[in-house]
Amino acid sequence: MKKILVLLLLAVVGFYTAETFFDIGFGKAPFVKSSEIKPVKDVYLHQTVQELKVANAVTSIVVNFRGFDTLGEVTVLFLSVTALGSILYKKRHHVGERSVLFSASSIVTSGSKLLFPAIVLLGAYVFIHGHLSPGGGFQGGVIIATGFLLMLLAYENYSVSHKGLAIVESLAGITFAGVGLLGFMNGGTFLQNFLATGTLNDLFSGGIIPIIYIAVGFKVAAELTGVIYTVLNEKGEQHG
Amino acid sequence: MMAFILILILLALMIAASVYAVRQKDLLYAVIATGIISLVLSILFYLLQAPDVALTEAAIGVALTTIIFVITIRNTVRMEDESDKNKNIKSAAK
Repeated sequence: MKKILVLLLLAVVGFYTAETFFDIGFGKAPFVKSSEIKPVKDVYLHQTVQELKVANAVTSIVVNFRGFDTLGEVTVLFLSVTALGSILYKKRHHVGERSVLFSASSIVTSGSKLLFPAIVLLGAYVFIHGHLSPGGGFQGGVIIATGFLLMLLAYENYSVSHKGLAIVESLAGITFAGVGLLGFMNGGTFLQNFLATGTLNDLFSGGIIPIIYIAVGFKVAAELTGVIYTVLNEKGEQHG
Repeated sequence: MMAFILILILLALMIAASVYAVRQKDLLYAVIATGIISLVLSILFYLLQAPDVALTEAAIGVALTTIIFVITIRNTVRMEDESDKNKNIKSAAK
């Protein structure tokens, strides 16, 4: 009897939900005539160039229009790194010794010493110019992390300070959230732009977008360097 | 037309690499094959005028994921059969 009642209730709810949404076509805005709809892509592209003065439309959407989503993504990355660290913490404490893939020759060590500053510079370039050229905080951060990976693979006793990584990562996260909260103070919404936007194609343009992307770059670089360092220092049972 | 043929060749390369990665018993070779898939995919993204995504795919897919998998293989088993063998030995010991 209960089951029949539940089924009836669900059927009624389902019927009226379906009836409400029946007339709305797929991908169309509800309750608006199709002639009045202005596609969201046109609004974004117009505002990107006219109001935000950002040359890279992808960046303006990721950081400004969809900035809250980016904050969520950064949080997801942070949580996964925390989980990895907490899983591998005990083992690392017991062994405390790096499992080296193979000892590097002098060609590799001196070559990676030469390449490391160039890789870090490229990463910094990518996230500082995120609003002008392809790339941004995530890409630049990953490039910097691969630079640290190269050093960790080449030198057996190369180590990264966990405290330093934690400080950089937290400061970058606080910058992101703080800049977002500052948007409220100027009578806007979260992550609202409150700085002067400058001129198109300038390094100092786009208001808060470069600040946020630099923060994201530092955060991603610190987190992924931490991941690599943790995984490299984890020494499990050697099978072969 | 040339670009179309190039894209077709790249797609075929991707499919071949993924089939190889699935069928290969040596996990190190399989990981390198997945790295090749990511590399070709990033070239395809670039050809399809998505440089942002191409950069992400190149940095994460080719470099970071491959290296983390290689480190994992180093710390676990390299051949696919080895884990099955170990399982059999363990179950026999019980």
